[in-house]
Amino acid sequence: MHELRVQVGPAAFRIGSVWRHPIQQLAELYRDYPTPEIPDFSVRLEAASFLRRYVRRSVAIGGDYMLPDAVPLPFAQALLAAEMGMNLQMALGWRRHLLLHASAVERDGRVLLMTGLSGSGKSTLSALLGANGWRFMGDEFALIDLASGEAVPFPRLISLKNEAISAMQAALPDGRFGPLMESTPKGDICHLVPPANAVAAMDRSAPPALLLFPRFGYPGAVREVAPGETFMRLTQASTNYVALGEPGFQAMTCFVKNVPSRAIDYQDGEEAMQLVERLWERRA
Amino acid sequence: MTRDARLLADALRDPASTRTLDAQRWTALIAMARAEQLIGTLAHRLKTESAPPKAAEILDDAQANAEYQCRSALWEADCARRALADYSGKIVLMKGTAYVAAGLKAGEGRHIGDLDIMVARKDLPQVEALLLEKGGWEWVKEDAYDDAYYRDHMHELPPLIHKERDRMIDVHHTILPRTAKPTPDAAAMLEGAIKLEGGLHIFSPADMICHCAAHLIADGDLAGGMRNLWDMHCLLTEIEDPDFRRTLEHRAARHQLLEPVQRAARLAHRLYGTAIPEDWRSAGGTDRFFIRCLAARDEWGRPTRKLTRLAFYIRSHWLRMPPLMLARHLWTKWRKGRAG
Repeated sequence: MHELRVQVGPAAFRIGSVWRHPIQQLAELYRDYPTPEIPDFSVRLEAASFLRRYVRRSVAIGGDYMLPDAVPLPFAQALLAAEMGMNLQMALGWRRHLLLHASAVERDGRVLLMTGLSGSGKSTLSALLGANGWRFMGDEFALIDLASGEAVPFPRLISLKNEAISAMQAALPDGRFGPLMESTPKGDICHLVPPANAVAAMDRSAPPALLLFPRFGYPGAVREVAPGETFMRLTQASTNYVALGEPGFQAMTCFVKNVPSRAIDYQDGEEAMQLVERLWERRA
Repeated sequence: MTRDARLLADALRDPASTRTLDAQRWTALIAMARAEQLIGTLAHRLKTESAPPKAAEILDDAQANAEYQCRSALWEADCARRALADYSGKIVLMKGTAYVAAGLKAGEGRHIGDLDIMVARKDLPQVEALLLEKGGWEWVKEDAYDDAYYRDHMHELPPLIHKERDRMIDVHHTILPRTAKPTPDAAAMLEGAIKLEGGLHIFSPADMICHCAAHLIADGDLAGGMRNLWDMHCLLTEIEDPDFRRTLEHRAARHQLLEPVQRAARLAHRLYGTAIPEDWRSAGGTDRFFIRCLAARDEWGRPTRKLTRLAFYIRSHWLRMPPLMLARHLWTKWRKGRAG
């Protein structure tokens, strides 16, 4: 197995692959991240069968935690397979924080969280904000400290989808992008390396100050979300809320009590950024 | 280099052996423990050792997760108890849930998946109906062949899953498939079952050991066998009565399981250093093949020794049913596999 070890925020990964190429791709994209000694999780990129190691190569995602019926990906999408494997370990195995399916950015020592279904634009918005005066903290998982309630960074590669790819390439001409992977099960995918300051400060957590539920493709609007609804939506956006038991409940309750939340609709990135800035100014 | 999962066995047997591990071996140990679903058990065993900081964090998580699994397993058992409140027969908890419900060593840090219970065979229709109608369980899959196969030949009902909680329950009426050669005395097992506070039952210690050995040696293909063997180790170790071996031998013979019980005890002795009677240690020239299969993992936690594993897979089917029936079963499965 070819191997790469990489530390993302508090989580350390070991990624093994029967092929050299995906590891080289990952090593290039993750080159500024620290190398841990003992990983929290192992991810394996294996041939879907003996034949598929050599002919019409096909990648099966393996690791400490696996889904029983995961479909293998074509070799050209090996990078996506690695990222999916890493996400899966976090979603199924992480117990050190309350894990929310959300993106996060920080300014003035306060954190803005955005949560929503795939396609809501939370990933793209966090990347845009990260390029415009905010510190990018993560585009997929927000980790909430069980004792302090602070958001802990998890700045893995930013996963851009479909139209967001060209939009970000235009917005960040100097950005470091991975290869474009077309027609994956999640549409077109391209990874973006987070800004240098995000990686440098990935051990610096901060208290959350605002939670947004963005929705892409609707005329601009803002709606208040009552704490009860926020609580319910966050329990659905968390993969480890139930397993954490009482500490998870405490952290969630504390979060909902202290952090105001708004649902926002928007039709393009520019509009969303203005909405976010306005809500951020008024949050107190 | 890490030869195989004996690294994990050593850590479980002798926690102090982890003091000399380097980062690479810690990494392998954790991957193997997760693959064998023994990470919670390992965490429990290493509680008093000082592991490197990262390993310690991982073990703390594993311990918290084991507590969660224990809590959900007991909750699930109680849900079954309430659904079966109108059933007057004994409901016996089996495997992991039984160990934690009884507070046994084998339950410490143990991974628990499905809920396994046993009831009298004649009562299956009533129990099944109550679980479906009152408990909120439903069939996992509708497949006429599998359903008929379970009902005619297996030791349990086809698995049921709970509509809301997404948890499975296996309802047994004995401990081995009806087509297997040994025929354990299920009635005697129910008869000897011990009542817990709350009304549910567990097997007597000797029957519990017989079930563990039957499951490991006389039924499956040894997949996940290190965990079952650790159960065996804990169950044998926890008994303090010096005359217990007589009880166990007598009981195992009654269930036609003396050979599997002695085999499992010898394997536990080899892998985990379990204290077993002197005269049980002889024989067993084939034990090393069992050990080779049990410990077949590499430093990524992947199964290795494909040929050995295949041999044990074939053996498991051979034990489970007579040759003609096996041929018919595999033929049906193969045709369905091609069609599906």
